[in-house]
Amino acid sequence: MVTKSVAVGLALGCTISRWSKMDRKNYFYPDQSKNYQISQYDLPINHDGFLDIDVDGKKKTIGITRAHMEEDTARNTHTLGGGQSGVDFNRCGLPLLEIVTEPDIRSADEAYAYLTELKQILQYLEVSDCSMEEGKLRAEANISVRPVGTEPFGTKTEVKNVASFSGTYKAIEFEIARQIQVLNDGGTIVQETRGWDDDRGVTFSQRAKESAHDYRYFPEPDLVPIVVDEAWETTIKEGQPELPTPRRNRLMEQFDLSPYDAGVLTQTKAMADYFEATVADVSDAKKAANWIMGDLQALITQDDADITTIKIAPTQLAAMIKLIEDGTISGKIAKEVLVDMFQTGSDPKAIVEAKGLVQISDTGELEKMIAAVLEKNPAQVEEFRSGKEKVIGFLVGQVMQATKGKANPKLVNEILRKQLST
Amino acid sequence: MSTISRSDVAYVAGLAQLDMDEAATERLVAEMNSILDYMAKLNELDTESVEPMMHAMALTNVFREDEVTPSLPRELALRGAPTHDDEYFTVPKILDAEGGGA
Repeated sequence: MVTKSVAVGLALGCTISRWSKMDRKNYFYPDQSKNYQISQYDLPINHDGFLDIDVDGKKKTIGITRAHMEEDTARNTHTLGGGQSGVDFNRCGLPLLEIVTEPDIRSADEAYAYLTELKQILQYLEVSDCSMEEGKLRAEANISVRPVGTEPFGTKTEVKNVASFSGTYKAIEFEIARQIQVLNDGGTIVQETRGWDDDRGVTFSQRAKESAHDYRYFPEPDLVPIVVDEAWETTIKEGQPELPTPRRNRLMEQFDLSPYDAGVLTQTKAMADYFEATVADVSDAKKAANWIMGDLQALITQDDADITTIKIAPTQLAAMIKLIEDGTISGKIAKEVLVDMFQTGSDPKAIVEAKGLVQISDTGELEKMIAAVLEKNPAQVEEFRSGKEKVIGFLVGQVMQATKGKANPKLVNEILRKQLST
Repeated sequence: MSTISRSDVAYVAGLAQLDMDEAATERLVAEMNSILDYMAKLNELDTESVEPMMHAMALTNVFREDEVTPSLPRELALRGAPTHDDEYFTVPKILDAEGGGA
């Protein structure tokens, strides 16, 4: 927990506390059974960091106030009926890291970008798979509005229990509109926790009575202080993987990829690793990128698979791309081969041989087949000769059909033009 | 020197969810003030060059591996609860929904 917390702190440019301690936060509420939560109060393990986000091509820095360790609480459900609430202790007492930002985020778009960037970093660091359904990542947005041109923040509300980033986005948009409405109607904003109803797309008050928030923090006597010395911090720093943003930039530079391609490929560390393993064996990085983002990704999505466990090894994908480059198979046939590879895990070469998919590059054979096609389609031949060059596409299609896609398209084009011009 | 008033005691009692009568309040005002007076002796010391103490024990970094172990079966976990259903411990409906916590 401490190592992972420091890893996150370092990734967010935080200062790591040499001395840190756990504290008791005292309150009565049925989300824990001992009437205090173990948290960190005045000496959080990480503090004063930042995260750069990109919204519509504009860079913005979001300040990180702190990222502290605490224990999770039980989950309450208020839908049992019969005047009862349910308490689920399954996650109670599990360690978590709470990352608190400075009030720098100005819109739902910025919040969404921040969460996306943060999630990516957490996944790269392998501190969490960030499944929001399982509560492994939660976002609690604090929202306030203020009249244009004024300095002080308005009274804020906090929206909890949102199950997705898109839900958070919608909840923020809703809260902004709601608060503006309340103020325009001459009302005041009540500082409170609000829930999010995803079905109805509204936030709702979750606090009936305002209780005094005096948590009387004091040092947790059962846990001793935590000292992260320079040596430990350095060890963690050195074990840090390359993070999404630097990796995105490196891929763009090293492989001449577009920002879009580099962005897609670095969405997950697994995908970026896969790409780099593939491209090690391929001369054309753009082609490798296209296959991974296109056909391979489509197969993965369709099967709800995970790129780390698919049957196609990066070297096999590279071998397939090489078969296209050396003219053994066409790009069209390769799509078929890829499906086969995805299902069986066989080498592309073996599949091509077993299925007889080798591209026909024998000029003599192609000439005969093309002559036959031209004979069958005199009308189109006539059109071509009278200047309608576009019709050649149809004729190429006919040849490809006759060869079940195995003809070398470049050769077909050449021979067709030659025969048509005589 | 700070002194404890009746309202301080009432406030702390409220936070601790204790119901106290007049006599108990009176007694605690006296007791807490005498404790504070006693502690005030510490103010006579020069602590200028003393680092704040974080813990009663001179220990740091007591850790263990984060290991997954089998958890208590739900039936067993719920068995001792005064009220529960098949899935949850049950408590009187929480009106003040979502108080403290993470």
